[in-house]
Amino acid sequence: MLEQLDLSMVNWARAQFAMTAMFHWIFVPLTLGLSFLVAFFETYYVKTGDEKWKEITKFWMKLFGINFAIGVATGIILEFEFGTNWSNYSWMVGDIFGAPLAIEGIFAFFIEATFFAVMFFGWDRISKGMHLFSTWMVAIGSNLSAVWILVANGWMQHPVGMSFNPDTVRFEMHNFFELISSPVAVSKFSHATTSSFQLASFFVIAVSCWFLMQKRHAEMARKSIVVASVFGLLASGLVFITGDDAAHSDAQVQPMKLAAMEGLYEGHSKVNLVAMGVPTGTKKPGDNQPAFLFKMDVPVPGMLSFLANRDFGSFVPGINDLVYGNREQQIIGVADRMKSGKAALAALTRYKEEKNRDPQAASLALADFEKVKDDLGYGYLVEPEQAVPSVPLTFYAFRVMVILGSLFPIIFLLFLVYAVKNSLTEKTWLLRLGIASVFLAYLASQAGWVVAEVGRQPWAIQGLLPVTVARSNLTAGTVQSTFVMFLVLFTVLLVAELKIMLKQITIGPKEERS
Amino acid sequence: MIGSLPQELLQQIWWLIASVVGSLFLFLTFVQGGQTLLGSVAVTDLEKRLVLNSLGRKWELTFTTLVLFGGALFAAFPLFYATSFGGAYWAWIAILFTFVIQAVSYEYRKKPDNLLGSAVYEIFLVINGSLGIFLIGAAVGTFFTGASFSLNEFNSVTWHGPLRGLEAANSLFNISLGIFLVFVARVLGGQYLLNSIDFSAVETSRLEANLRRSVLRNFILLLPFLLVVLLRLITMSGYAVDPATGMVALEKGKYLANLLAMPQYLLLLLVGLVLVIWSVVLTVFKGSRKGIWLAGLGTVLVGLTVFGLAGYNNTAFYPSTYDPQSSLTIYNASSSHYTLTAMTYVALAVPFVLAYIAYFWNRMDATKLSVGEVAGQEEEVY
Repeated sequence: MLEQLDLSMVNWARAQFAMTAMFHWIFVPLTLGLSFLVAFFETYYVKTGDEKWKEITKFWMKLFGINFAIGVATGIILEFEFGTNWSNYSWMVGDIFGAPLAIEGIFAFFIEATFFAVMFFGWDRISKGMHLFSTWMVAIGSNLSAVWILVANGWMQHPVGMSFNPDTVRFEMHNFFELISSPVAVSKFSHATTSSFQLASFFVIAVSCWFLMQKRHAEMARKSIVVASVFGLLASGLVFITGDDAAHSDAQVQPMKLAAMEGLYEGHSKVNLVAMGVPTGTKKPGDNQPAFLFKMDVPVPGMLSFLANRDFGSFVPGINDLVYGNREQQIIGVADRMKSGKAALAALTRYKEEKNRDPQAASLALADFEKVKDDLGYGYLVEPEQAVPSVPLTFYAFRVMVILGSLFPIIFLLFLVYAVKNSLTEKTWLLRLGIASVFLAYLASQAGWVVAEVGRQPWAIQGLLPVTVARSNLTAGTVQSTFVMFLVLFTVLLVAELKIMLKQITIGPKEERS
Repeated sequence: MIGSLPQELLQQIWWLIASVVGSLFLFLTFVQGGQTLLGSVAVTDLEKRLVLNSLGRKWELTFTTLVLFGGALFAAFPLFYATSFGGAYWAWIAILFTFVIQAVSYEYRKKPDNLLGSAVYEIFLVINGSLGIFLIGAAVGTFFTGASFSLNEFNSVTWHGPLRGLEAANSLFNISLGIFLVFVARVLGGQYLLNSIDFSAVETSRLEANLRRSVLRNFILLLPFLLVVLLRLITMSGYAVDPATGMVALEKGKYLANLLAMPQYLLLLLVGLVLVIWSVVLTVFKGSRKGIWLAGLGTVLVGLTVFGLAGYNNTAFYPSTYDPQSSLTIYNASSSHYTLTAMTYVALAVPFVLAYIAYFWNRMDATKLSVGEVAGQEEEVY
């Protein structure tokens, strides 16, 4: 397999997946959060019987629908791209990875599909209570689908509940419950969904701020801001907790990602957290260049050690420790693991050859394989430095996410205070910040995925399957063609979506139009 | 309990589950069929609105069933997912493309400032309904005619042919099956619309008459293609698996042999076809609005036959014409015993899913879609 490597194809396939995922993630977080906000608005309507809340519900629901459609359109490509561009991956881990995808279909997509139509067209066809139930089901269904796909993603970041079967040459599931209760999967979906609640809250705040600046629909805008800022504030607390948890679990299961996030090359004890800095772009593992051109730490000594291991004095491994090993800390380096990995591949090949020829030789080969099978994935790497992701990209993306994420609760709090005081219209600066906030939330959200996905390169499955092996047997030209095709299609659809969305916002809710 | 079932039985159960999902998808292509009636059967703005608002309440069910079909195959037969999607690349990309453009079209068609204009979104829907279904039909055809691929010792697929799946259209059987499905979808689409729209208003009478005519016309048009499919099916060679050695070899009249070895499928096929014919008679000559249910059931039964003949009775369901030993069977392409067991427990939820879909379908369609509903609230309808 190694001889046939076509790196440019792999990189185009990666680019295509990144492009599709980033497009998809424009719409998904809004769906996840806005569905709950619409359910809150409608609950208020049903409780109070106030028709104004119904109009508020219908307005946000309309924007929800416009966004939902394109989310579905980009989502189907993402699911099938696992097969089209990553067919070796689909075979080697399909026994495990296919299950959450199928369950997502059975348990989540049908809830969305059924209740979406009831929510939009059932106002006069079913009772108020049943309609409210349907709206809640859309929110629950949407978020359930996020849960399952993020369980799948969490498993890619930290594969558990399975083992390699040398007879079928693939990884097979042994424990489904380990898969769904993996702490990495739990922190993955809780962090992604709660940060989506923040984003959707900012969307509602931004649109409402625009109305307030236009001096239109002031009452609706204020009410919407109150609900959204409370939701956003609650979500912010959860984002903080789950984010801390994600960093902690990275330290345990993806230490290379954490080292890249921090630009940490030489591991040591009592490591500070970098607040801001400029990593040296030309720095390579093992060389003598300084890691940073400029750097400023968070003024709490040993903060990174604490985040990683809950101990301010603990050792955090750097990139060099992980690549070249650190005997003192009992870290086996990538170079050594590559040797074991190549031995595992050789033993596996020998086993396959001898299986039907010489049972004794086969069982010897199998015994050899069992000794080194945990490093199988490393056997596919060509050089140890390949195991290091892009440090500057991971480093900057992490800072964008964390710095913006720290600002968000303050913004929500300001909006809540001034909305309750009913003095938002006097604070033009805040209204402008409100409009900007949705773009900042998008930036933070996308940056979060860059950290998660770029930070785990070169692995499709952490430590087991590098992207170079996970790919399909396609030419670079084929993948380039579909990359351009989907880029053009998604861009056109995004422009259409934005134009429609802006027009509908300009039209506004029904209440005051007559 | 399920865990103690033998692997072979679980593999057969999962082929049946995948067949049921695939067959339900074929029934739900009434959405795609209905879309192709835009411009020819539904001509005026009001007629188009009635058609699209009726279909617009169901399109996501069809879409989701297709996604689930893919998901179920991924979970239960990952080697098929890997081989077919990674191999027949352009065929699948083309199919997906037609579903991407469908997903936005209902929502965006009538909205102001929609960039492309209503006509383009209507064309998107027609493309999805015709090209999309044709390609799916041709792809299902390759379950019988095979594809040119080989697998190495690590089960990595190599496709032999530059068209990457589009060569499936170079077979009379595949083409006929594709066109047949397009016409079936159009028959179903017409019948579904007759069931879901309230035709009491005078301005809808032309649409009703056109729909009934279209059901008949499309039924007549599908007959020659059905004939070709059936004739080829009972005469063509198929790839048989030797259960003892796992070796795959070409066998003359394999699918006729399957039909005779599994007479229940012969029965399903005949009952299915009779139900479809009967539904057309009721719709066209008796003025019935309930034809969709008979035709739907008939389509599901025919679908089950198609998948059953392809996969059971020691047959390779995805044969390789390049290297028969690379052919996929439900036994060599499946997930492990553990995964199939876990997924079977999950599948126990399917009847509940079907039950709530049916309940809400019924509630939503209890009042038929009226002219007043689509003409009145401009912004809340498609």
